[in-house]
Amino acid sequence: MDLESIFPRLQEIIAQWLSSFLPGWLAELLVILMVVLAIVLMMVVVVMVLTLLERKILGRLQDRIGPNRVGPYGVIQPVADTLKLLFKEDIVPEKADKLLHLLAPIIIVVPALMVWAVMPFGKKLVAADLNIAVLYVIALGSVTSIAILMAGWGSGNKYSLLGGFRAVAQLFSYEVPMGLAVLSVVMAAGSMSLQSIVKAQSPLPFAFVQPIAFLIYFICGVAEVNRSPFDLPEAESEIIAGYHIEYTGVKFAMFFLAEYINTFAVSAMVVTLFLGGWKGPILPSYVWFFIKVAIVVYVFFWLRASFPRLRIDQLLNFAWKFLVPLGMVNLLVTGIVVKLNVPVWLTVPAYWAGNFVIGVIALYLLTRFTPKKTPVSLR
Amino acid sequence: MALQIAFVIFSLIALIGAFLVVTTRRLFHSALALVLSFVGVAGLYILLEAEFLAALQILIYVGAIAILIIFAVIVTRHLMDPKARAFNEQWWRAALVAAGLFLILVFTIAKVPWPVSEAPLPTNVIFSMGSSFVGTYLVPFEVISVLLMVALVGAIIIARER
Repeated sequence: MDLESIFPRLQEIIAQWLSSFLPGWLAELLVILMVVLAIVLMMVVVVMVLTLLERKILGRLQDRIGPNRVGPYGVIQPVADTLKLLFKEDIVPEKADKLLHLLAPIIIVVPALMVWAVMPFGKKLVAADLNIAVLYVIALGSVTSIAILMAGWGSGNKYSLLGGFRAVAQLFSYEVPMGLAVLSVVMAAGSMSLQSIVKAQSPLPFAFVQPIAFLIYFICGVAEVNRSPFDLPEAESEIIAGYHIEYTGVKFAMFFLAEYINTFAVSAMVVTLFLGGWKGPILPSYVWFFIKVAIVVYVFFWLRASFPRLRIDQLLNFAWKFLVPLGMVNLLVTGIVVKLNVPVWLTVPAYWAGNFVIGVIALYLLTRFTPKKTPVSLR
Repeated sequence: MALQIAFVIFSLIALIGAFLVVTTRRLFHSALALVLSFVGVAGLYILLEAEFLAALQILIYVGAIAILIIFAVIVTRHLMDPKARAFNEQWWRAALVAAGLFLILVFTIAKVPWPVSEAPLPTNVIFSMGSSFVGTYLVPFEVISVLLMVALVGAIIIARER
C-alpha cells in the first residue's frame, strides 16, 4: 500500500465505520475531534521526547552524561518527570489574582496547539489548508503574550511581573522582523497557504534562495519561544524564573508544555517556510518533515548550550535597529525581483545577488556601528 | 442550524466580554475582558467567511492594541487600585453620547431593508483587497500611512522630552 496516503485512508475508513451507525453530522464531528485529539496527543508525546532529548544533548555538549537513572539510558525520565509534576501540591500565592492565576496556564496552551491545525506534516497530511495560514500562525503567536502577561500580573510577584514585561517586550519586538521575513517568503511563493509555500520550494528550498530572510526568521524564532540566548523572560539568575515563578504542579506543567510545543512549532515553521517542508526523496513525506524538524530543534538546543544570555537593551536594539531595517530592505529586494518579471532560470541568481549585496552592507554596518564599550547605565 | 448556534455562542462571547469591560472594577480585568470581546468578534468574522479579517482582528486587536492598553494600565500610577472610583464626574455625558449612538444604530438597522445580494462571493478576497489598496484606494491608504507616521514621530518626541 502507498505509504503516503496511510493516514488519510485511515481517516476515511474510520469515517465510513462511524457513519454506518451514527447520524451524519455526529460522525463528521467525531472525525474532526479525532483529528484534533491525534494532534494534541502527538504534541504531548513530542514534548516528552523533547525534554529528554534536550537534557541528554545539553549533557553531552557540557561533557556530562545527562539523565541516566530511570530506565535504560534514562529513556523513561520524561514519564517520571510528568508523574512528579502531576502529584505536586498546587500552591496559589496569597497575593495572587486568583482568576488570572488559574486562567493563564490554560490559555497559554491554546495558541500553542492551534498552530498545528494548519501545519503541513506531509503531502496529504494537513488538518486545514487555510489560504491565510501564515497570517494565522503569526496572529496566534501574538496571543501568547496575553497569557504571559496574565501569569506575570496574576501571580502577584514582582519577579513574575518583570518577567512578563520582558517577555511581552521581546515578543512584540521580534514579531516585526519575523513578519517581514515571512512576507518575503509569501511574496516569493505567491501564496499564504503553507501547503502552497512548500510546493513553491522547487528546485531549491527558500533557505538557499533567501538566506537573509531565513536567518532573520530563525533568530526571531529563537526569540519568540524565549530560548537561550534570548531567555531573558525567565532568566534564572536575574528574575528567578520570570512569569511562571509562582506556579507549581500541573499549572507549571502547562507552561512547560506550551514552551516545548512552541519550540517544536517554530522549528516546524522554519522547516515549512524555508527548508522545503515535507519534501524529500524515497522516504514518505511525513518522515522527512519530522527528520528536518528534529535537525532544527537540535540546532535550538545547540544554541542554548553555546551562547550566553543577552541584556535587555542589546536584545531590543538588535531587533529594532538591525533586524527590522534588514528585513525591510530584504522585502524591497524581493518585491523588485518578483515585479521585474525576470525569466524563471534567472530568479534564483537574482535573489542571490540581492541577498549578497544586502548581507555585505548589513555586516559592514554592523561592524562599523556596534558600540565597543558596554554602556554604564542601561537607560 | 449549526451556523446559528455558532453565531449565538460567538455573539455571547463578544457581548459578555463587552459587558465585563464596563462593569469590572479592576482595569486590568477590563482590558482582558476586552480581549475576550475581540475574540468573539473574530469568531463572527470566521462565520462570515472573512478569515483574513479574523486573523487580522486577532493579530492587531488582541496581539497589539490589547497589549498596549494593558501596558498603559499597569504602568500608569494608581490605576490598578481596586478601591479607585470607576467613574468620574463626566459619566452622565458619556452615558448621553452612548445612548444617542445606540438609538442611531437601532434606528438605522431597523430602517435599512438589507437586500440580499445576488452576486456570488468573491473567491480570492486577499488578492482583490491587496490590489485595491495600491489601486483604487491608493490615496486614502497613503494618507493613513502618513498619519500613522506622524503619530509615531510625535510619540517618540513626547517620550524623549525630559
